[in-house]
Amino acid sequence: MSEVKKIATRESYGNALVALGKLHENLVVLDADLAGATKTGMFKKAFPERFFDCGIAEANMTGIAAGFAACGKVPFISSFAMFAAGRAFEQVRNSVGYPHLNVKIGATHAGISVGEDGATHQCNEDIALMRTIPGMVIINPCDDVEARAAVMAAYEYDGPVYLRFGRLAIPVINEEEGYQFEIGKGKVLKEGKDVTIIATGLCVNESLEAAKLLAADGIDAEVINIHTIKPLDDALVLASAAKTGKVVTVEEHSVIGGLGSAVCDLLCTKAPAPVLKIGINDVFGESGPALELIQKYGLDAESIYKKVKAYQ
Amino acid sequence: MENLALQKTANEIRKGIVSAVHSAKSGHPGGSLSAADLFTYLYFEEMNIDPKNPKDPSRDRFVLSKGHVAPGLYSALAHRGYFPVEDLITLRHVGSYLQGHPDMKHIPGVDMSSGSLGQGFSAAVGMAAAGKLDGADYRVYALAGDGEIQEGQIWEAAMFAGHRKLDNLVLIVDNNGLQIDGKIEEVCSPYPIDRKFEAFQFHAITIDGHDFDAIRGAFQEARATKGKPTVIIANTVKGKGVSFMENQASWHGSAPNDEQYRTAMEDLKKAGEALCQK
Repeated sequence: MSEVKKIATRESYGNALVALGKLHENLVVLDADLAGATKTGMFKKAFPERFFDCGIAEANMTGIAAGFAACGKVPFISSFAMFAAGRAFEQVRNSVGYPHLNVKIGATHAGISVGEDGATHQCNEDIALMRTIPGMVIINPCDDVEARAAVMAAYEYDGPVYLRFGRLAIPVINEEEGYQFEIGKGKVLKEGKDVTIIATGLCVNESLEAAKLLAADGIDAEVINIHTIKPLDDALVLASAAKTGKVVTVEEHSVIGGLGSAVCDLLCTKAPAPVLKIGINDVFGESGPALELIQKYGLDAESIYKKVKAYQ
Repeated sequence: MENLALQKTANEIRKGIVSAVHSAKSGHPGGSLSAADLFTYLYFEEMNIDPKNPKDPSRDRFVLSKGHVAPGLYSALAHRGYFPVEDLITLRHVGSYLQGHPDMKHIPGVDMSSGSLGQGFSAAVGMAAAGKLDGADYRVYALAGDGEIQEGQIWEAAMFAGHRKLDNLVLIVDNNGLQIDGKIEEVCSPYPIDRKFEAFQFHAITIDGHDFDAIRGAFQEARATKGKPTVIIANTVKGKGVSFMENQASWHGSAPNDEQYRTAMEDLKKAGEALCQK
């Protein structure tokens, strides 16, 4: 196999911010003392006058962004997902969500792939939290190409957007050439007829690899990439579930409240189908190298393959 | 405006507060009345605003961080011409645009949705930072409660504002001394308020929040203060202007019944007549 290019989506975020900053004078970036890790430091270097380090104060950063947005700026605010969505949840709800202000939350270090820092910093609940806020768009890109496109789309969209990025370098699976991103539109990456695998984030590539293993066993899996968890691509999910009659969701997030729940919420009323939710099973994470944790918590291709096969 | 005119206007704003809260059968009259003179000065004298163009990008901004005293803000906005005074009695009614806490999406003149304590001030700081970034002339005002400054977010915002030298920002602390559970110094004392803000690189001014000469002087001093934000600590009387509500923590968040409403309006009518004798 040829060498696969790997890039962390937080890196994509930093690059996209710089590209956007060149195009749009009204873009400002805020961070909470993590500019090196969230990669907003790249924007800081390029546009220091439009970069605001709020110090270790995520609640205030969120409120300041609301004030910027109320004055016509387009603020991107960044911290780890644990703090951007968790610590500042109520500020996101009341100061950003309720007035539907044009604030973009670039949350990095989501999920267990944070790795060695362990459970306190491994946020497996952010999608669940953000889904409950009316009008919030939630995007969880699967690779570098998609992540950069998502940041561009978030800027163009008028309203609050939660962007979820990872710390771990992951394979680039999309071709830059001809790649199209539309908020709320999922992508069928592999057509199949036996089972629908709906994945998001770094689990998309793992699911594609799992589908190859399943194919070798004669199971024809359809693989769908859902980068936008809210609003969900209802039509795509319903059509695929109707076709295969069996759905598996895969996400680096709690099985409570994330992509799996969003899919179940849709299917239970419109087209009931059995759904196997693969994710973090209502437990806290732990310290360890990211790839080992992904294996241990069953989100790698081999684990997904085994679970889907047993589900047949 | 002359002080007498401001006093008369403030008295009308107080009537609007009492009427709105009575009609809603809920709401927060105590802190609305304590801040009524501050609202009056801000909306009738201090701020560069135009009720006919409430979204003018060059306008001064006001954020009611202690959003529960929305009746005070709404009454000031109505009397200033942002919407009909008659609408005040729809406060908190189903279908009314006058929500229990300020809602920037639906209420003309409201610059920021607020109500969860501590959050409004951060938004005001963001507005001031945006103004500085643009080299704009507008000023930003925020009103916080003295109980509200127990919220940690107030101090996060203050640290940022002081660090960034936001001299286009004024925070007014309505120091009426009472919060829901009692006297602020007994619940969890925020004193000394002035020295705390000075430590966060603010210029602090303490005044009688019912004396228009003092209020005028404080806002002028704030304008003249360069290189740091200003905090105006306004010593006020909770429930000011309504005899039975004054200095009573119990009137923080309860509405007058019909009889109490008549007494309150009678108090304010007499106060208005006394002002006309001057």
